[in-house]
Amino acid sequence: ILLDVSLTVSLTVFQEMEDKVLSPEKAEEAKLKARYPHLGQKPGGSDFLRKRLQKGQKYFDSGDYNMAKAKMKNKQLPTAAPDKTEVTGDHIPTPQDLPQRKPSLVASKLAG
Amino acid sequence: FLAGFGSLMQDVLWCFSQVKGAIDAGVTESDIISTVEFNHTGELLATGDKGGRVVIFQREQESKNQPHRRGEYNVYSTFQSHEPEFDYLKSLEIEEKINKIRWLPQQNAAYFLLSTNDKTVKLWKVSERDKRPEGYNLKDEDGRLRDPSMITVLRVPVLRPMDLMVEATPRRVFANAHTYHINSISVNSDYETYMSADDLRINLWNFEITNQSFNIVDIKPANMEELTEVITAAEFHPHHCNTFVYSSSKGTIRLCDMRTAALCDRHAKFFEEPEDPSNRSFFSEIISSISDVKFSHSGRYIMTRDYLTVKVWDLNMENRPIETYQVHDYLRSKLCSLYENDCIFDKFECVWNGSDSVIMTGSYNNFFRMFDRNTKRDVTLEASRENSKPRAILKPRKVCVGGKRRKDEISVDSLDFSKKILHTAWHPSENIIAVAATNNLYIFQDKVN
Repeated sequence: ILLDVSLTVSLTVFQEMEDKVLSPEKAEEAKLKARYPHLGQKPGGSDFLRKRLQKGQKYFDSGDYNMAKAKMKNKQLPTAAPDKTEVTGDHIPTPQDLPQRKPSLVASKLAG
Repeated sequence: FLAGFGSLMQDVLWCFSQVKGAIDAGVTESDIISTVEFNHTGELLATGDKGGRVVIFQREQESKNQPHRRGEYNVYSTFQSHEPEFDYLKSLEIEEKINKIRWLPQQNAAYFLLSTNDKTVKLWKVSERDKRPEGYNLKDEDGRLRDPSMITVLRVPVLRPMDLMVEATPRRVFANAHTYHINSISVNSDYETYMSADDLRINLWNFEITNQSFNIVDIKPANMEELTEVITAAEFHPHHCNTFVYSSSKGTIRLCDMRTAALCDRHAKFFEEPEDPSNRSFFSEIISSISDVKFSHSGRYIMTRDYLTVKVWDLNMENRPIETYQVHDYLRSKLCSLYENDCIFDKFECVWNGSDSVIMTGSYNNFFRMFDRNTKRDVTLEASRENSKPRAILKPRKVCVGGKRRKDEISVDSLDFSKKILHTAWHPSENIIAVAATNNLYIFQDKVN
């Protein structure tokens, strides 16, 4: 009986090794899960797709901004953190915080 | 019409022809080319960039003095198509990046094209002016009004030749019809309508009407929590004006017939390749997402591009593709890092040659690949300034997957993933290709004997 158990254990280990050897994709998946243990089970599911649909979303709210301005007439408005790429959270965004979107006034270099 | 057209891969030698764009190492974001498209005759080549600009090149007439400079492409017109916008109501930033350009077939002296960003499609008219009226009575040549009391003689204005001027004017603006981001536009073979597709909906437009469009596909679930797939690309059939296809992020293609219903939510055909469930991994769905779908010129086949392969499907067979070509399968063992640096979400396009015998798509390290459907041979070429001597023949490149690397091979770990070729175009009837390498446009032609 002892012999049977050890044989089963070896076969299971062998199967796992085979899986890793046969599929580079599964090996990569194992690597990813090791780095990010909380990664969701369904990557193609709604979280991932909804992030795609939200592209371009900024968090400037003119109502919040104006109310904050009115309340804090005599105080300094909280300024943004040095990293201005993501404007969300407790900080009240100001128009200055939003990245300036100017149209290209320069001609394309392909036409040069 | 070249003898080499439609010939076997081994007979086609690709040569460098031209390169457009800045040489310096730093790339300005707005200069990144986002779309490339030949018009129906191949006389014009249009590019769109992240800065919302369109540049149109025109092929030179062939000169007897320089027969081997077979029609170079030079700048014909350039204009600002789209500008950045901010939707204050939705707190949404709208990029000016040109996602797609599609030409209309030429019906008169002017050229027409559609260009689109994430939200708005525009119809542009590009026309030439080589005469101007001179000799007005009420204004002088500078346009200043003349004092009518000083005019004693009447004359008839005449048209005089002037230096050629190419003007681009926006003729129609098709706005406010897309909640989500437009990924495709396609001109219908009836030349009266076109479609625009975003992540969840496809709309049908008439060129003459800008304040209405028909919604023909809507896959938005009632509850967004149930969202499982999005539309990634769409195209009209080249000859049948009632037929179109759209691809999804789950690797499927649906063919729809507009004659069956006003809302084409139910497909006429559903193309999906069965997957071995034991092979399924975290990455399976992401790499199966179709980034481009193109009908063959014949209308008999569709080609799809997903992250690692290009597939050809016969419209009459829905259960699997008839051909599958590996673009860069060696990336399968790099998927973890490609997920971390977002490269796994790169959207590569694919194109047919004029005779549907060869297909082409881009890869990393400024490599692009061609597959000959008849001989089953493939080649990897590179768009680089190092191979940019006039008429220099491009040497095939090879990626070394493991083991001993030969002298001129490149190992997978040395590939530059920031140099991606997402957009390419093939002349409709000749072996001339345009390849967008970040901010540079390369034009290659086959060797003229």
